[in-house]
Amino acid sequence: MDFSDSPEHAAFRHEFRAWLDTNLDDDLKVEDAQDQRIAPDREILERRIAWQKKMHAAGWVGISWPKEYGGRGANFMQQVIWDEEYFRARAPILPCQSGLNLLGPTLIHWGTEAQKKRYLPKILSADEIWCQGYSEPGAGSDLASLRTRAVDRGDHFVVNGQKVWTSGAHFADWCFLLVRTDPDAPKHHGISYLLVDMKTPGVTVRPLVLLNGHRHFNEVFFEDVVVPKENLVGKLNEGWKVTTTTLMFERGGAGGRDHAAQIARLVELAKQFPNRQEPAWAQSHIRQQLAQLAIETKALQMTRLRGLTRRLRGEPPGPEGSILKLFGSELAGRIADFSSTLLGPYATLDTPTEAVPDAPRWLNRVTGARQYTIAGGTSEIQRNIIGERVLGLPKG
Amino acid sequence: MDIGFSEEQEMLRAAACKFLDDECPTTFVRRQMETEAACTPEFWAQLAEQGWLGINFAEEDGGSGLGLLDLVVLLEEMGRAVMPGPFFATVLLGGGAIAASGSPAQRREYLPRIADGSLKATLALTEPNARWDAAGITMTARAAPGGFVLSGTKMFVPDAHLADVLVVAARTRDGSTMEDGVSLFLVPRGVPGLSITVLPSVDATRKLCEVRLDNVAVPETALLGELHNGWSALGRVIDRAAVALSAEMCGGAQRVLDMTVEYAKLRTTFGKPIGSYQGVKHKCADMLVEIENAKSLTYYAAWAVDEGEADAPLAVSMAKAYASDASRKVAAAGIQLHGGIGMTWEHDLQLYLKRAKACEVAFGDATWHRERVARLMGA
Repeated sequence: MDFSDSPEHAAFRHEFRAWLDTNLDDDLKVEDAQDQRIAPDREILERRIAWQKKMHAAGWVGISWPKEYGGRGANFMQQVIWDEEYFRARAPILPCQSGLNLLGPTLIHWGTEAQKKRYLPKILSADEIWCQGYSEPGAGSDLASLRTRAVDRGDHFVVNGQKVWTSGAHFADWCFLLVRTDPDAPKHHGISYLLVDMKTPGVTVRPLVLLNGHRHFNEVFFEDVVVPKENLVGKLNEGWKVTTTTLMFERGGAGGRDHAAQIARLVELAKQFPNRQEPAWAQSHIRQQLAQLAIETKALQMTRLRGLTRRLRGEPPGPEGSILKLFGSELAGRIADFSSTLLGPYATLDTPTEAVPDAPRWLNRVTGARQYTIAGGTSEIQRNIIGERVLGLPKG
Repeated sequence: MDIGFSEEQEMLRAAACKFLDDECPTTFVRRQMETEAACTPEFWAQLAEQGWLGINFAEEDGGSGLGLLDLVVLLEEMGRAVMPGPFFATVLLGGGAIAASGSPAQRREYLPRIADGSLKATLALTEPNARWDAAGITMTARAAPGGFVLSGTKMFVPDAHLADVLVVAARTRDGSTMEDGVSLFLVPRGVPGLSITVLPSVDATRKLCEVRLDNVAVPETALLGELHNGWSALGRVIDRAAVALSAEMCGGAQRVLDMTVEYAKLRTTFGKPIGSYQGVKHKCADMLVEIENAKSLTYYAAWAVDEGEADAPLAVSMAKAYASDASRKVAAAGIQLHGGIGMTWEHDLQLYLKRAKACEVAFGDATWHRERVARLMGA
């Protein structure tokens, strides 16, 4: 067992950290990467696209993709180091994230050569932004019961239906979409995976504003949308198999990597706040709670690294991703709860003050952190997966 | 980076698992709980034969020279089996203190005999104030012609009644800090003025004792390590003990989860196995998350101690804090999911609940270690 970087990994870490230090401008930095994963407006989006292009030119985008498709063929450990350094630098999540992490690996695994050539380079270069068309009003946790229909019309499909919770659809050029192509088959067997140009007539995007006022999500409506046959990924009616790979990737990566930065900031605040005789840090219950959050953050990090070792030893991403998703997202909620314990009424202000200059960020956590235990598979679903697939308990 | 166990460690785990399945079933554990020794001479000799009593001692001291991480593998299995007897007291505490602070002569005198099973030891650290840091040490050792005279009371001393030699922490001067002025002494059993009382306590597989020293005279050669400066080595012994307890708790909690999952698959209510109900299934999932995290932190702490990493004390306290809470919660959830049968004397869950409680509070509970984490974080 060895928790330290090998010399070559240490060099890789050093190289990326130095590159970020030199190249990441302050106005690109974010306080809460996950919460700010979708640009709040077009202008910031354009800046982030320029940022991705700059990173791509330097070879830092899609590093885990194979070299033949524009990546570096980096191993998992390098990807983890990339993540750690990227979040440490407070860089914004790349505008092509879902293309890089979800669609890209799926196309590399299932796509035709033509599809790979057509789509992969523009994901890396941020020339095309992608959104994920999975959830529907009647199909969230039980995704396989989705009803958006695609009907075979010879050389094309015609799509009708509705998607929801579509992150960044309002900026997206393309959508990777799950549709039902065989309504008579058992639900997991009648689904196909399509690539849809968002400019196609009949596609309508409507904002779905979150309770904290942020617009990440959208509803996307499809009305007689024509999709060419060559945009089918994998075989007809085998879309569930195609997508399962990416869901594993999504869960394995979910659960927050910037908890440590949040806690470091809370320790800082606790030491100076409130400006009375003694800081909050002098109170035992504040120290206890902060220590507990720091311990849980370390536990999450180490459990992730243990899972990674299994991957490095050649085992595929398995249901242990659910452990990370469950614990990491619940921990995000506990950090939010603690910020209000620490800051009291300041945690309710949506404006900076002298005592708490970053009050809006914590208000946003307090109201916004609830989404993480829902998105990407609710905590309840993760507990089912752990119970059934890891522990082998019978289905209900 | 590679956070998996080596082939040798997996072999050690398999060997320990098989040995304990064969030699230490819960029927054996229950028989030992009834006795003061909580262990048979035959069983102890078998531990020596396996090489486990000297696993961490240097080869020149009669040991195997393995690291804390290797010991963690073994202790997880011992925790899984609720192995009774003075292994923790002898190997981690008494033996650990002698290995950490002893002169070559002292190490040669004691460690080979611990490793071959002919000598047992313990560490008398804690006092009635129940602290686990240097400030808790108020017992005095004053210099006298030819040696020292020790007076005071130690509490919660693991298996002192079985120890052939006790390592006793005492104050030899009032220094500038709490750590300054702590010295360690080797006190053999049976010396005049030493009295040991077994305190009935929650976990009968490992006894706790009150140890009184009433003007106990020891020679100069009884000083273990440097005069006044015993704490730095002692602190490391305590950290290793905390990691060891964390590992035992991980092993015990894993066994509780295994028993609970097995039961949840078999036990039916309203015509279905209870494990198919989400009220049960989700609780099992939460137990697994607790255990996996406790293991992750424990392995990291053991590695950090072995490597002498700067953040080792932080890693140790993180592991002990998390594992202490996790093992209590898992033991309680296991009983809850078993229902009434889990509360009976007859069912083995009681052994795990009791061991979990004993480990949880020994060498600092979660609150104690969280405070230390905060102190180290805030520095």
